Amino acid sequence: MLCLLFFLVTAIHAELCHPDAENAFKVRLSIRSALGDKAYAWDTNEEYLFKAMVAFSMRKVPNRETTEISHVLVCNVTQRVSFWFVVTDPSKNHTLPAVEVQSAIRMSRNRINSAFFLNDQTLEFLKIPSTLAPPTDPSVPIWIIIFGVIFCIVIVAVMLLILSGIRQRRRMSKGPTEVDDTEEKCENTITIENGIPCDPLDTKGGRINDAFLTEDERLTPL
Amino acid sequence: MEKARPLWANPLQFVFACISYSVGLGNVWRFPYLCQMYGGGSFLVPYVIMLIVEGMPLLYLELAVGQRMRQGSIGAWRTISPYLGGVGLASVVVSFFLSMYYNIINAWAFWYLFHSFQDPLPWSVCPLNGNRTGYDEECEKASSTQYFWYRKTLNIAPAIQDGGGVQWGQALCLVLAWLVVYLCTLRGTESTGKVVYFTALLPYCVLIIYLVRGLTLHGATNGLAYMFTPKLDQLANPKAWINAATQIFFSLGLGFGSLIAFASYNQPSTNCQKHAIIVSLINSATSIFASVVTFSIYGFKATFNYESCLNKVILLLTNSFDLEDGFLTASNLEQVKGYLASAFPGKYSEVLPQMKNCSLESELATAVQGTGLSFIVYTEAIKNMAASQLWSVLYFFMLLMLGIGSMLGNTAAILTPLTDSKVISSHLPKEAISGEEGTWFPNQPSLCFTPPPMCSILFESDLKAMTGRTLNWYWKVMWAGVSPLLIISLFVFYLSDYILTGTLQYQAWDASQLLFPIFNRYTTKLSDC
Repeated sequence: MLCLLFFLVTAIHAELCHPDAENAFKVRLSIRSALGDKAYAWDTNEEYLFKAMVAFSMRKVPNRETTEISHVLVCNVTQRVSFWFVVTDPSKNHTLPAVEVQSAIRMSRNRINSAFFLNDQTLEFLKIPSTLAPPTDPSVPIWIIIFGVIFCIVIVAVMLLILSGIRQRRRMSKGPTEVDDTEEKCENTITIENGIPCDPLDTKGGRINDAFLTEDERLTPL
Repeated sequence: MEKARPLWANPLQFVFACISYSVGLGNVWRFPYLCQMYGGGSFLVPYVIMLIVEGMPLLYLELAVGQRMRQGSIGAWRTISPYLGGVGLASVVVSFFLSMYYNIINAWAFWYLFHSFQDPLPWSVCPLNGNRTGYDEECEKASSTQYFWYRKTLNIAPAIQDGGGVQWGQALCLVLAWLVVYLCTLRGTESTGKVVYFTALLPYCVLIIYLVRGLTLHGATNGLAYMFTPKLDQLANPKAWINAATQIFFSLGLGFGSLIAFASYNQPSTNCQKHAIIVSLINSATSIFASVVTFSIYGFKATFNYESCLNKVILLLTNSFDLEDGFLTASNLEQVKGYLASAFPGKYSEVLPQMKNCSLESELATAVQGTGLSFIVYTEAIKNMAASQLWSVLYFFMLLMLGIGSMLGNTAAILTPLTDSKVISSHLPKEAISGEEGTWFPNQPSLCFTPPPMCSILFESDLKAMTGRTLNWYWKVMWAGVSPLLIISLFVFYLSDYILTGTLQYQAWDASQLLFPIFNRYTTKLSDC
């Protein structure tokens, strides 16, 4: 009696879950590519976890909150590792429509991936396309900010150089007249150090130091 | 009172100015290409010969002319002979055209530099398509780096007749590029002399950093081996010699008037012979150094692509035949392919058309030059390195330094003769904003060729008076005979090539077609200078 029941169950199982069955999905895992040395072996316990994750995803769909792990059937496990799975309804006679399963898996895709330490590329659900992450678009493009900073620095530097050039030229044109005034002032002031007036150097004249130059002896005779 | 001619603060500034002018983008993106095309290590033979026979003599001549005449190119040529004044004017016009389009490259370098501060780099990922289930079509067919260059940066039109609108991003960067050049040349030798310390030295710092990084990359040795294995049969190819001569000429920037302008700000007693030899040797050494860096990066990129290709084939086979994950590796691939072909012939023949033939040789053989090298190939290599933002910033900053250094020379070539002739004051803003984004550059060798003076005999006594030493017989032989002969024959060759080509052609990027179409090729020689 028990043997008969057992055969019945496996027969139904095989009917509902086989490659290319109605509402069945193929799953492909690349554990060794993803994890390298830390790769785990795919055994029945991992399968159990997978069934649990699928049941979990189905329970999030309205009207399917009563999905149990036993409703998820897995078959044709290969060395790859790849297998097929279906989700049956509580009566275990029909499989749930593919569309429902697809939307449930898509919503919980991230949780399923992280349970196995994999990502969208290494845990593939064939025929369930994953939504690609949109590229981050900041409100102001970053390049404009940096451009603005460099642009302002350059403009400021140009302005500084031009202004200092103008100021220098203005000083130069005023310069020659100013220099004459200060020379005269120097002559009139008498420097006083410690209360004793120093003799100001006679800057106008210049003295001839006889020790150095005598007209006759400028050219040394041979 | 006559204003004294501005001078370089010290001879080192002059040498650095010449180096930053000569060492430009051509060293980085043209020389490695030529090396690869014309026989790898054996290309160095014609290159060095041309350097000795053509480069050094002409460089010495230009520096000496500028230093002796102490005027820009127009005045200098007119002083040599009133009939040769037109030569000076021609070089000013050529420098003007050159500046117009050369600064656009600086604008591109700025654009890429500003975009390097993002994570991930914008050219490393394709944008998504409308419904977010895949990537943009144009980007899928090409590659993300090509897409970013042709679409995001240039927004290129499919044909030369279609003018696109103004690309505001590019226009702004071009304005900035001109402002930077203005800032550097504002005070003449005073400002330029200080800037050239940076523009001459910083590229070497970056190149050394890149050399260390490049040589430690996986697959760099493949690129280096490929480049330096000499293919001696190329020595018999006349094109190798012609390209070596052209490269020396353009790379040193002879005949544009920039070197005359720089030398005119020298003290008359400066030893320009020594400087000429130093500058030309440094220029050539930099070319070789840059090609070592470029080829290690090439090797890395080629190896990376080859291994990605192999991985794709492995994945395809693993999935089709449900083999154990990790069983197929690069080493046993061929064996397993053979086994599968014999064991499952039907299925194997189904899969066969999708399998690409991966070859490292073909990856390495994709020789690229010019903007393709810098903005497509290099960016592709950089995006695969760790800390890619840092490498990207360094690289484009180096390109900017090289470009600005050369621009200083170009603008000096224009400004020096003009200020000498008292036509304008030295504070003229030079903002030339180009509206339409034009990547169609004219082929210019004929314009750049200004025949060297053959009055070296007259010149010898002047040089002796200036430098205080007699002219070596070597220079006399070169100036009187060999160099002019070489230049004239090159000129004749290019003229005849130009005439014989018939219809001119250009390369275009057409997004509506499946492939990058090569209808009407128009070769660009934009930045060998």
